[in-house]
Amino acid sequence: MLVIALDTSTPAVTAGLVALDDGPPRALAERVTVNPRAHGELLMPQLLDVMTEAGRELAEADAIVVGAGPGPFTGLRVGMVTAAALGQACGRPVHPVCSLDAIAAQATAEGPLLVATDARRKEVYWAAYDAARTRIDGPHVQRPAEVPTDGFAAAAGEMAEALGIAAVEPRYPTPVGLVTAARAALQGEPAPLVPLYLRRPDAAEPGKRKSVLTRGAK
Amino acid sequence: MTADRVVLGIESSCDETGVGLVRLAADGTVELLADAVASSVDEHARFGGVVPEIASRAHLAAMAPTMRRALDESGLELSDVDAIAVTAGPGLAGALMVGVAAAKAYAAALDVPLFGVNHLGGHVAVDTLEHGPLPERCLALLVSGGHTQLLLVEGIGEQITEIGSTIDDAAGEAYDKVARILDLPYPGGPPIDKQAKLGDPKAIAFPRGLTGPRDAKYDFSFSGLKTAVARWVETEQREGREIPVADVCASFQEAVADVLTAKAVRAARDLDVDTLVISGGVAANSRLSELAAQRCAEAGITLRVPRPRLCTDNGAMIAALGAHVLAAGAKPSPLDMPANPGLPVGTIVVQ
Ligand SMILES: [Zn+2]
Repeated sequence: MLVIALDTSTPAVTAGLVALDDGPPRALAERVTVNPRAHGELLMPQLLDVMTEAGRELAEADAIVVGAGPGPFTGLRVGMVTAAALGQACGRPVHPVCSLDAIAAQATAEGPLLVATDARRKEVYWAAYDAARTRIDGPHVQRPAEVPTDGFAAAAGEMAEALGIAAVEPRYPTPVGLVTAARAALQGEPAPLVPLYLRRPDAAEPGKRKSVLTRGAK
Repeated sequence: MTADRVVLGIESSCDETGVGLVRLAADGTVELLADAVASSVDEHARFGGVVPEIASRAHLAAMAPTMRRALDESGLELSDVDAIAVTAGPGLAGALMVGVAAAKAYAAALDVPLFGVNHLGGHVAVDTLEHGPLPERCLALLVSGGHTQLLLVEGIGEQITEIGSTIDDAAGEAYDKVARILDLPYPGGPPIDKQAKLGDPKAIAFPRGLTGPRDAKYDFSFSGLKTAVARWVETEQREGREIPVADVCASFQEAVADVLTAKAVRAARDLDVDTLVISGGVAANSRLSELAAQRCAEAGITLRVPRPRLCTDNGAMIAALGAHVLAAGAKPSPLDMPANPGLPVGTIVVQ
């Protein structure tokens, strides 16, 4: 089957077309551009480039896999809504996958693994995986120093260095990583397309009104 | 001779996710086919104003279901769509981004042209769905929680020039703030309008902003009015008097409607246009429409106010503007088009 893979949960804008048959997933074409400020501008042109390079139409894809984060919200939503709209327009299922799982699926290390990406505000999004790359903890959002690293020799993801253990590739989700992580899910009904925000929106209920009279008297 | 074309419009600049469908006929007339809106207004109520992140989350959740509703309402399928228009700005950055990204994906999947259009132009264009084609030149007064503007429209798909705007709060924002002062619910427009009908508009002489001889003729200011209301209410409270809520609402509303209509009619006269369109969420305000009707009649100006449902943010207004720019032969927007929170009103289509 042919799978479109998209992810905008990190500074990388990831788009690819992946062939999934009996063997490991193969990227037919992919574009990964690191630009944290231009997800909305780059994603669709990159995907069309991918389709042109692969010599395929969007409608030829059998399914869409999209990274559901966690990731900085505005960028994350670009990939999610793009996938939702493509799926609706082409009549294809859209499968969300934890973006950290996609990084773990491609990690160049043996044994248990941590994955950490940039959550800004001096925090990281992180998750822990066993040797078979099954997620055993997370995703969470915390300061790097609070991430429990005991029993883990390596970490992947753009914030791997911040955890103080050996950093391995990849730094960002790849199309093959996304499809690998979604492989089991692709056989069933898609899960709801809900982003992994992990944080509440910043919003404060208004307090007591300030007096305009005292302010005016100053 | 071109056949009818179906234009899809997507709106996500603030707290409404809108998807609309219109039909553009060969003679240039535009007909409404569907208008589906999902609002996150209730989620913002306890914060007393729109929270951008809450709005953006709601847009993502609502986009595909709202699209489905619009299609069902029209009896069409996405494959019937000939062009897509989307609000490219102005508006909340994160909110706009959701609609723009979705529109690009729909346009690419359907292989139809995409037009990133101006939200403010949409508020004007929507009137053609109800009252037919606009004259070659007309004036538009846009009033809502997000905008207060006077626009000179010379061809809805071609040229829009801002001749005046608020220098501080939008009119709808002033309503929300005054509602808070009076412990009325958010959004403030409907409860204040309701109270105002029971009160005396001459009870309190609230200031009319920017109406002095040296002030900008067509600009507005509502921040001073809001502060004046707060001061008046607080002084009364300190004196231990009960607040006459209906009179405060009526007098506040009178001040807003007076300034808006006086400046709009004056601009229409100065610019020699004979048609005024009032649109935006506040256009539904009973006193504003009443006073506008009276003053336009006195000045010999034709007043056009779309029905309330079309005045508030929706996808139909974006589809309508998309149809007009398509009819005017505009070049489609590129797929790397950014969402532009500060899109100038003169930019009708992003190129
Ligand atoms: Zn609006």
